[in-house]
Amino acid sequence: MTALPPSLATWFATKGWTLHPHQAQMLALAHTPATLLIAPTGGGKTLAGFLPTLAELGPTPPPGLHTLYISPLKALTADIRRNLRTPIEGAGLHIRVEDRTGDTTYTQRRRQRADPPHILLTTPESLALLLSYEDAPRIFQGLQRVIIDEIHALAESKRGDQLVLQIARLQSLNPGLRRVGLSATVENPPALAQFLAPETTILQADPGPDPDISMLETDAPPPWSGGGGRYAIPAVLNEIARHKTTLIFHNTRAQAELFFHDLWLQNTDSLPIGIHHGSLSREQRDRVEQAMSAGALRAVVCTGSLDLGIDWGDVDLVIQIGAPKNVKRLVQRIGRANHRYNAPSKALLVPANRFEVVECQAALDAVRAHTLDGEPRGPGPRDVLCQHILATACAGPFNADQLYHEIITAGPYALLTSAEFDACLDFVATGGYALKAYDRWQRLKLTNGEWHLRDPRTAAVIRQNLGTIIDIDTLKVRLKGRFGGTPLGEVEEGFAASLIPGDTFLIGGEVVRYEGLKELTVEVSRTPGRDPKVAVFNGTKFATSTLLADRILEIFQADSWPDLPTHTAQWLSLQREVSHLPDPRSLLLESFPHDGREHLVVYGFAGRNAQQTLGLLVTKQMESQGLAPLGFVATDYATLIWGIDPVIDPAPLFDVETLRDGLETWLSGNAVMKRTFRSTAIIAGLIERSHQGRRKSGRQATFSSDILYDTLRRFDPDHLLLQITREEALRGLIDFSRIEALLARVGPRITLVRRPRVTPLAAPLFFEPGRIPVHGQGRDRLAADAAQKLMEAAGLA
Amino acid sequence: MHALFFHGQTLHLLPSGALHWPAERLLVVSDLHFGKSERLARRGGSLLPPYETRATLAKLDTDLDTTKAAQVICLGDSFDDDAAAEGLDEADTLWLTRLMAGRDWTWITGNHDPGPVSIGGSHRAERAQHPFTFRHIAEPTGFAEISGHYHPKARLAGQSRPCFLADRSRIVMPAYGAYTGGLWCHAPELTALMAPDALAILTGSRALAIPMPR
Repeated sequence: MTALPPSLATWFATKGWTLHPHQAQMLALAHTPATLLIAPTGGGKTLAGFLPTLAELGPTPPPGLHTLYISPLKALTADIRRNLRTPIEGAGLHIRVEDRTGDTTYTQRRRQRADPPHILLTTPESLALLLSYEDAPRIFQGLQRVIIDEIHALAESKRGDQLVLQIARLQSLNPGLRRVGLSATVENPPALAQFLAPETTILQADPGPDPDISMLETDAPPPWSGGGGRYAIPAVLNEIARHKTTLIFHNTRAQAELFFHDLWLQNTDSLPIGIHHGSLSREQRDRVEQAMSAGALRAVVCTGSLDLGIDWGDVDLVIQIGAPKNVKRLVQRIGRANHRYNAPSKALLVPANRFEVVECQAALDAVRAHTLDGEPRGPGPRDVLCQHILATACAGPFNADQLYHEIITAGPYALLTSAEFDACLDFVATGGYALKAYDRWQRLKLTNGEWHLRDPRTAAVIRQNLGTIIDIDTLKVRLKGRFGGTPLGEVEEGFAASLIPGDTFLIGGEVVRYEGLKELTVEVSRTPGRDPKVAVFNGTKFATSTLLADRILEIFQADSWPDLPTHTAQWLSLQREVSHLPDPRSLLLESFPHDGREHLVVYGFAGRNAQQTLGLLVTKQMESQGLAPLGFVATDYATLIWGIDPVIDPAPLFDVETLRDGLETWLSGNAVMKRTFRSTAIIAGLIERSHQGRRKSGRQATFSSDILYDTLRRFDPDHLLLQITREEALRGLIDFSRIEALLARVGPRITLVRRPRVTPLAAPLFFEPGRIPVHGQGRDRLAADAAQKLMEAAGLA
Repeated sequence: MHALFFHGQTLHLLPSGALHWPAERLLVVSDLHFGKSERLARRGGSLLPPYETRATLAKLDTDLDTTKAAQVICLGDSFDDDAAAEGLDEADTLWLTRLMAGRDWTWITGNHDPGPVSIGGSHRAERAQHPFTFRHIAEPTGFAEISGHYHPKARLAGQSRPCFLADRSRIVMPAYGAYTGGLWCHAPELTALMAPDALAILTGSRALAIPMPR
């Protein structure tokens, strides 16, 4: 075991600190090539990761980078720097700790390259940049350890794929490099271990006591549909009053805004309550964070922006509004309460509607049973690989064979074939087009067996475009007539474009009136007391995970439901009497007439995205069978389709081959594909990110990625980027894989129940927003109507 | 197609972004930007799909076929730069030659392609054909003027589309080329140029007229 420097041991003793068993074990495992530490929040996980570094560096370390710490959040690196400083300065160790993120000044960054600190705290994006410099081998010379914090969060996204490619690079530069991954919530430790390194030791700390979680009891039962949970506001205010600090999590920013607004209308005691989400301006978020750490707030209404990271204040209660959709996220959020080791966290779930009562129960069961969800991510995406190849070329000439062998040491790319690698390299070098290559203007050239940039000056632009996070174009929102004043927040460009003067929306908890667009700013005025037009921010719409959906189906199989609130148990009993409850082994369909239309309900339990795709594909099939579908609406559990004729023979509608053919045709012109293509094209280096500054001056020079997508589809349909786009779209927003899994599971067992009227389980679907009309010429008709109205309004028609 | 009565003449503004003057069997297109992807590659930028020239030619082919035009005016920036004109690949050059065959073809000089091209046709800084003047960049005092250059675009029902701008004095044409961005109608250059009652005629699957957004 590596011993702590005596001064550090003494300092710990004077503070009355003793090491947790897992912290001591980390010291014992200091020399293993890769370790994954799974320890609960508040268990001194980060310190455990750094102890071997402090021990090895000792009181007077020689200069040079020893440990690289990588976190998904910029804010976390600054926090860790402050936390590390306490023991280092306390024990009088001469160890330099610095962070490096997009916020670090230019001078500081230059100095760090020339003279790296002992411990460098950074993010995957900043690391990508560092590795793309020609002097990367010198900067990272002698690097001993790399620590990846919240590794589960990174492993879920392309940021993680990029990171492990970079670590493979670092390992080639320093063959003795040791890797450490830190996480509190891991559903599949061996898979995460494999992601970290081929041979990883898993160290599981004592998970601590189970959290104290339950459903919030309210006087009024939840409504039949909707996602706001506003019926529970009196009960929520009551809980806020009974606790020191409460975090109130929502799944989307728009819901958080609406809830916050109504919370204040009912907040008769004027409890100090703030709001925090990613669409608010940096200044506003900072203010809330500061108020919270000062203990000045009793509650904060928030979204995923507070899922990870920094400990503020003394949170003793977490309330989740709306079904959590995903158990892992719920556990992460619960962990935000009570950051003390060996004390249970306290959390309350508030189902937003009747169906979510069952989902919340399923989530409670899953947390108590210690099961977490998570879909396997599949092989590493190739757009990230293309970017990595380009970044590698920026650092200097490389040998393709060597690079390939380095890449397949990274977990997500272990199964990459050399043909796939060659296709990515060809794309980066020549564009990879079928009909014409840029012979003279290749991006990379092969000279003496090594690939290098044709024009070294292009490295600067390539570096500006590194990273896998794609920002949706947003516009700042400001009060009219207050130039230079604090912006209220940001909204998506598409949302801003849909506004007409006079429209009202919520931002930062206030209702504002849209006045107009001035350059790149949305100008608004305050209109207290008006009902807002709902804000459509870019908040993620989560789909219910497979684990939760399966658990809900299991709950349905019970004979009775003593654990569920009476109103919900009665509702399920009634459904069983009138029709069937869905079960895991078959696909339940219900058909009934209502309001002069025929209805079909598909209880697929495949999550919102897949149910939506199913709606599109099945109505398409119905159209070709002459069943005249008129529209559909999808939830996480079911799709409701209405039309003129009843469905008598459902089996042909659910033939997986037919659905897949339909998907091919439908996909090609779909907006989801275009959006996915844009991200892929940016990551792979085909198009540059739109920078605010350049957008202003770019004007005619920039054109939309949609045009490239259409051109490629027309002239080069097998192009690498189109292949990647299809893969991405299928596993993301379209989620066809869950439809395939569903149909494979049920096989021929498709049950159609015909009833004379709406069934209890189907009833809530009629209140769902987001109904999608089925028509071919819809978009053109909308545009023509809008043009007609504008001309009439202008007196020109 | 949007029919516009302009200085005593009926002009057809096509959804493709071309302008057809039936009385003269004349077709006008602007800002074709042939060879744009190659120029970007040459300058060390991205390697965009090298298909924009044939996409633009295909569109032009269709418009010539449906309008049966005997005269063609390209309003400048037809080539992304002079080198792009020379660098056009053989198939594309043949296609263009075929389109030009038997037609009175005029290349107006643009800011991207100042020099004459070796492809044939006549080359002019501007062209007058009563009652109109055809030039690349609109002049503040222009009258009965048809020009290009600005690539105007406008948004309707959540979609952005290239558009024609038209008032009593002038028509500004949308860019016809496949890889061309645009300048929002409400940009100061365009609001200063166009009269307050100007119309924007959007291209797309149908030509739709709206009051020019500003």
